[in-house]
Amino acid sequence: MSVYFLCLILFAVGMYGVLRKRNLIKIIIGIMIAEYAVNLFFVLVGYRMEGRSPIFSPGQDVFNMVDPLPQALVLTAIVIGLAVTALLAAIAIRIYEKYGTFDVTKIRKLHG
Amino acid sequence: MANNIIPVFVIIPLGAAFVVSLIGKRIKKSADVLGVLATLGLFIASIASVLKTAEAGMLIYKVGVWMPPIGITMVMDSLTAFMLLTVNLVAFLIALYSVDYMERFTSKWNFYTLFLLMLAGMNGVIITGDIFNLFVFLEIASVASYALVAFGTEREELEAAFKYMVMGTVGSFFILLGIALIYGYTSTLNMADIAGVLLDKGMGRIMFFVSVLFIMGFGLKAALVPFHAWLPDAHPSAPAPISAMLSGVLIKSLGVYAIARIFYNVIGMNREFSNILMFLGALSMVAGVFLAIGQFDLKRLLAYHSISQIGYVVLGIGLATPLGILGGLFHLFNHSIFKSLLFLNSGAVEYAAETRDLNKMGGLNERMPVTGGTSLFASMAISGIPPFNGFFSKLIIIFAAVQADRPVYAFWAALASVITLASFMKVQKFAFFGKLGDGLKRVKEAPLFMKAAMVVLAFICLFGGLLLQPAISKKFLSPSVEALTTGTDYGNNVFRSAGK
Amino acid sequence: MYKKEDQGHGMSLIVKTVTRLTVGLILLYGIYILSHGHISPGGGFAGGVIIALSFINIMLAFGKEAALKRLSKPAAAFFESFGAIAFLAIATLGFMGGYFFLNFFADKGEPFKLFSAGIIPLCNIAISMKVGAGLFSIFIILVLLKFSSKDKEKEE
Repeated sequence: MSVYFLCLILFAVGMYGVLRKRNLIKIIIGIMIAEYAVNLFFVLVGYRMEGRSPIFSPGQDVFNMVDPLPQALVLTAIVIGLAVTALLAAIAIRIYEKYGTFDVTKIRKLHG
Repeated sequence: MANNIIPVFVIIPLGAAFVVSLIGKRIKKSADVLGVLATLGLFIASIASVLKTAEAGMLIYKVGVWMPPIGITMVMDSLTAFMLLTVNLVAFLIALYSVDYMERFTSKWNFYTLFLLMLAGMNGVIITGDIFNLFVFLEIASVASYALVAFGTEREELEAAFKYMVMGTVGSFFILLGIALIYGYTSTLNMADIAGVLLDKGMGRIMFFVSVLFIMGFGLKAALVPFHAWLPDAHPSAPAPISAMLSGVLIKSLGVYAIARIFYNVIGMNREFSNILMFLGALSMVAGVFLAIGQFDLKRLLAYHSISQIGYVVLGIGLATPLGILGGLFHLFNHSIFKSLLFLNSGAVEYAAETRDLNKMGGLNERMPVTGGTSLFASMAISGIPPFNGFFSKLIIIFAAVQADRPVYAFWAALASVITLASFMKVQKFAFFGKLGDGLKRVKEAPLFMKAAMVVLAFICLFGGLLLQPAISKKFLSPSVEALTTGTDYGNNVFRSAGK
Repeated sequence: MYKKEDQGHGMSLIVKTVTRLTVGLILLYGIYILSHGHISPGGGFAGGVIIALSFINIMLAFGKEAALKRLSKPAAAFFESFGAIAFLAIATLGFMGGYFFLNFFADKGEPFKLFSAGIIPLCNIAISMKVGAGLFSIFIILVLLKFSSKDKEKEE
């Protein structure tokens, strides 16, 4: 049980970075930390007590393996996170070109 | 072999998107032709699927011949067919419109690739029957829309795209956390199987936490009021056909459809969820319309009105009575039609007059009669004036609220409708009537494809009320209401259709 | 021994020599992970990332022009679209057996050998082409966006 709480604390650390930091790059790193936390939580849901890794080789019986389905799903989720991070980084570089600063409080041309 | 039509909705846009990416730069005009042909094919397939589910009930497609609950299934019942018709109709008309509008941007083939990818993601969300597959398609559509909002790469568009991306990603994290918890509790990912397991096992305390996570995540995608802050920046900054697509179909397909499907068919509706959805809907209605009146930027005003109208839809769906769900779904269809038309009009005005500020426009009716006429139709439809289609759907929602013993919500709905009428009278007066502003003496009417798309949408606005006739609504609207009110019997229906 | 265009930019001499020795082995390791995807962990995505990493290694050690000479930008764009179309074509070919994504010829070959498991190795190759070309293009675009106010380069 304590493992799940530590994952949620890591998620909270990532959210703190998104909400309170003023530099664009620190916001992107906060999102990356939160994404690691959610993926880790998903893999840990599939743990079985005293389990082995779910790799099937010739001459071994299938018993006492951890659940392989969350591992396949998390692989997909990691690829999605990679695409989102790459797009965020490209947009951040273009914002620096146009505005000249990375500070969120100064990039406020749209309001109202 | 009638089931083979179901994966077509995902294969055609994906294939067309990558073919456009390969040959769009070398062969001129091939991107336009492929884009319009692909969306036309999808529109014809969606009409065929509506007719087929009206007579055959629920259609199941097992991907790769793996039996559920192990394999992924694609489920088409009448709610799915209704949403597919809405999405593909609007997408076809917008693809037609953007043949002329996107001439002013560079790299038009990139636009068509991203547009077809977003359409593939939206179709995938609607037809899938597996909850992680829904998350993957939701992410495909979301990432494509993040890139499309930043398409013009001006200063404000990049800032709006960054804000939209950060908030959209946080919403996706909540959805993934909810899916992880559902998998931990029921140990299956198939939506029909989850419904069955939850009926046997009962709703433990963790399912309330999962419901809260889903309301936060999908509510952020649907722009309900505490989670709406990205919409007034993101929707005006996109190019006009993309604003119409985002505001017209994306927030409905990713947000409202997912909430309806999960809360009615998978988790099971009860009094607390109904109260929460109605309260959030009413809050969005009122807050959206009060924030919209003071705006002078045309597209920002339309974006705030989107928040308000989605509040109507969620209020209707949250009432959990058959009349309420009918009103909510009918308003969803109507809103796609007239909101896309309003955004396309603003795009035509921007194409001709190069401005979005209401103070600088005036008297455009004499130089642009088609745009002015269709804009008048759309404004009357959104304010709820008979005989346009908006009147009927808003009337049904107000009646359903009174019938379900909630007169306070009916009062707020009527008040929001009156204020909507006021703000659209302001738009019409400033932009189209009155005398011609300075600097606007040389504007011309919009080009041919843009005019054609706007006229077809206005036509559907005028005759949309006919959809409530019993002959048509027996095939189109009423079966989708039944699909939601069967509730958690969805699981048994899917397994019965899959077994034969 | 030293090519003329490899001098002047990039990193120091030690890094360049070690890279020249190991980058071929990294590419071979990526192809190994890719082709044994149905027997041991790995598969399309991990193999594609390692193949892209070998090209990025050349770019980090020798500079941008040396990497672009080995895999140019139009070639990377072509591989990316071609990988996706190949994956979709393999899935649609399942219609011949009657269903989307059907694993036809799943009965030929014995388990744990290299030629088994139907269409999965072909899907792995298509995915690795798309992922490798895509990751390399992302790196090239992030490097090309130099913020000098005089010349704004148009990226792909």
